[in-house]
Amino acid sequence: MRRRMRGLAVAAIALTSVLSMAACAKDTGGTQGSGSTNTAEGCKLADKPPAAAATSSKAASDEKVDGSALKVGLAYDIGGRGDASFNDSAAAGLDKAKAELGIKPENVKELTAAPNEPEDAKLTRLRQLAGEGFSPIIGVGFAYAESLAVVAPEFPNVKFAIVDGAVEGAANVTPLLFAEEQGSFLAGVIAAYQSKKCHVGFVGGVEIPLIQKFDAGYEQGAKTAAPDIKIEKKYLTPAGDFTGFQDPTKGGEAATGQIEAGADVLYHAAGASGKGVFSAAKTAGVKAIGVDSDQYNQKTVEESKDVIVSSMLKRVDVAVYEFVRAVAKNDVASLPKVFDLSVDGVGYATSGGKIDENLKAVLEGYKAQIIEGKIKVKSAP
Amino acid sequence: MGMLRGKLLPPVLAILFSALLCGIALVVSGANPLRAFGVMLSQIGQGTTAVDIVNSTGTYYIAALAVAIGFQMNLFNIGVEGQYRVAAVVAAVVGGSIVLPPGLHALVIILTAAVAGALWAAVPAILKVTRGVNEVISTIMMNGLALGLAAYLIGSDVFGELRGNNIRTPEIPHSGWVPGISFGSSGTVFGLVFLAALLGIGYWVMMNRTRFGFELRASGESSTAAAAGGVNAKKMVLIAMLLSGGIAGLVSMPEILGRDHTYNLNFPAGIGFSGIAIALLGRNHPGGIAFAALLWAFLDKSGLALDNVQVPREIVTIMQGAIVLSVVVAYEVVRRFELAAQQRQVGRQLGTVDAA
Repeated sequence: MRRRMRGLAVAAIALTSVLSMAACAKDTGGTQGSGSTNTAEGCKLADKPPAAAATSSKAASDEKVDGSALKVGLAYDIGGRGDASFNDSAAAGLDKAKAELGIKPENVKELTAAPNEPEDAKLTRLRQLAGEGFSPIIGVGFAYAESLAVVAPEFPNVKFAIVDGAVEGAANVTPLLFAEEQGSFLAGVIAAYQSKKCHVGFVGGVEIPLIQKFDAGYEQGAKTAAPDIKIEKKYLTPAGDFTGFQDPTKGGEAATGQIEAGADVLYHAAGASGKGVFSAAKTAGVKAIGVDSDQYNQKTVEESKDVIVSSMLKRVDVAVYEFVRAVAKNDVASLPKVFDLSVDGVGYATSGGKIDENLKAVLEGYKAQIIEGKIKVKSAP
Repeated sequence: MGMLRGKLLPPVLAILFSALLCGIALVVSGANPLRAFGVMLSQIGQGTTAVDIVNSTGTYYIAALAVAIGFQMNLFNIGVEGQYRVAAVVAAVVGGSIVLPPGLHALVIILTAAVAGALWAAVPAILKVTRGVNEVISTIMMNGLALGLAAYLIGSDVFGELRGNNIRTPEIPHSGWVPGISFGSSGTVFGLVFLAALLGIGYWVMMNRTRFGFELRASGESSTAAAAGGVNAKKMVLIAMLLSGGIAGLVSMPEILGRDHTYNLNFPAGIGFSGIAIALLGRNHPGGIAFAALLWAFLDKSGLALDNVQVPREIVTIMQGAIVLSVVVAYEVVRRFELAAQQRQVGRQLGTVDAA
């Protein structure tokens, strides 16, 4: 009985949020003919972009680099290795560096941040690594920006890097930044082409500037491909409460709300909460787009992999590997300022075979336009 | 002697018991407990750990005092968590936007934080005295609201400014900083750790040497008896809650004025909840709380050292939880034991129990 009451309460909450969201959508002047039967044939698509020129397959230099002298330290953000998302991607880059650069397993140390920890914990973690002679040291996540600004000058000979952040005035900190909005633009295009009701959704983990980049790019991409498209948006927690990245239940509720509002392709940028988005999509029989890693191939979301049409790839693994490699070569300046579409720092996954040749050509077309600068992708909503 | 034993025995038992429990957990997880405990102790001398422990102790002490004031009159202020967050944002915004001479600037920021915390606590307090709303429920709800309000206030179109992928309030100018005591490479003790100590003394004086403190404790012991003695229960609830909130507002002042000079997305959460555990552990006594806060801070920092030697740091969380649980149980066991001993003694003196 009590369970039913709770179920009712949840339903009521979900319903109100759906209603309010629907109201919002109306406020912004959706041009959708209201009350019309569901148009099952999909969006009225914008003109396709011109086909991309010959693919720019960068010849990666296969020059052998020896990193056996390096001691690599990684300081992960909350979740650490095994989060099926952002940190795991960094871990993959480290593993690749171990395998290809000959870094000895005993010369690698990985430490992980605790949720809600105070700033001095980050300082201590970085000092532990630097003090034990690790170099390079990579802070995974923008949360390390403040602590690196303090610790990096204390260890001028150690090479630091920070994923998703930059430290002004510290020459020994290499920023590893990504153009998430560009990859998300392509995710938006995919959503527009895959949607049957011309109605898609976005589930963000925490309402912070970083996730708003995903949001902004996705919206622009979807609207560019299908100007009439309707987009549902939901952030799981406000800025400052990082549980939104670790709460699959909340992710599922938000996704269900969007599906009930009519969305049939959902894109998430919510870390581990994305698991809930996928299972909600599977229950309702709609599609979903993953984030950061190629989630179709991920063990943790295996049971709902058939709803994953694609994933927006944020190649933290590439950035981590390239950084370690550059340190081994003593050539850090050669790293790209921003890992964007032009260096395949972001992109889309085709695992699962849901992206047909036709759509792929469209995506390559948009990609070429973004790289050429004909389309400028906004990084804030 | 008996009194002291009754007070000291339970926490000591609790700590030993939880250490034992963690030892077992460590053995089960395949780590060497002796090495783990050794690392926990030896880390104190390394790097900035000792100073970090002192700084954290100050922060936890303030949070636990805020909770303890409520406990003294049977008010369960779970809202410390939200009160210190709101106070931190408001104080950081105010501090970053006003210009005042050094000293005065910091004082204004501290007072702003206290007032903001008290105001945030005033909502559940007023609801309780006028409508009888249980403060446990209302303060938990206020915590959720606090997160939302803080997120709104640091929005880049409100008071916040974007720094890379982080958002923060404008930096508080130099005049608002509170200098600390530097130990060179071992770190800097926040100047406002002494504020925590002052608050502890103030709390002791208030509770034991003022009429208000007496009335507060009396209301906590028995509200009906206190009312019969002419204590206005509603007024007491209101004042206790406002005081609790005001002190809660100061929780993050040592860090903000001593190191960060801004409120940003890295702002630590959960100190208010730790404060509840610490107040329980310290039995609302200013000295006891100080000891408990020190223990808590030490355990917190141990987690980092354990992580560094590949021992799961969750062991620290287990230990903290076990200490709180077992200290509650231990106090009860000791209390019953002493009660029984007392009864036996009285019985013997009255001769009602057969000597045979």
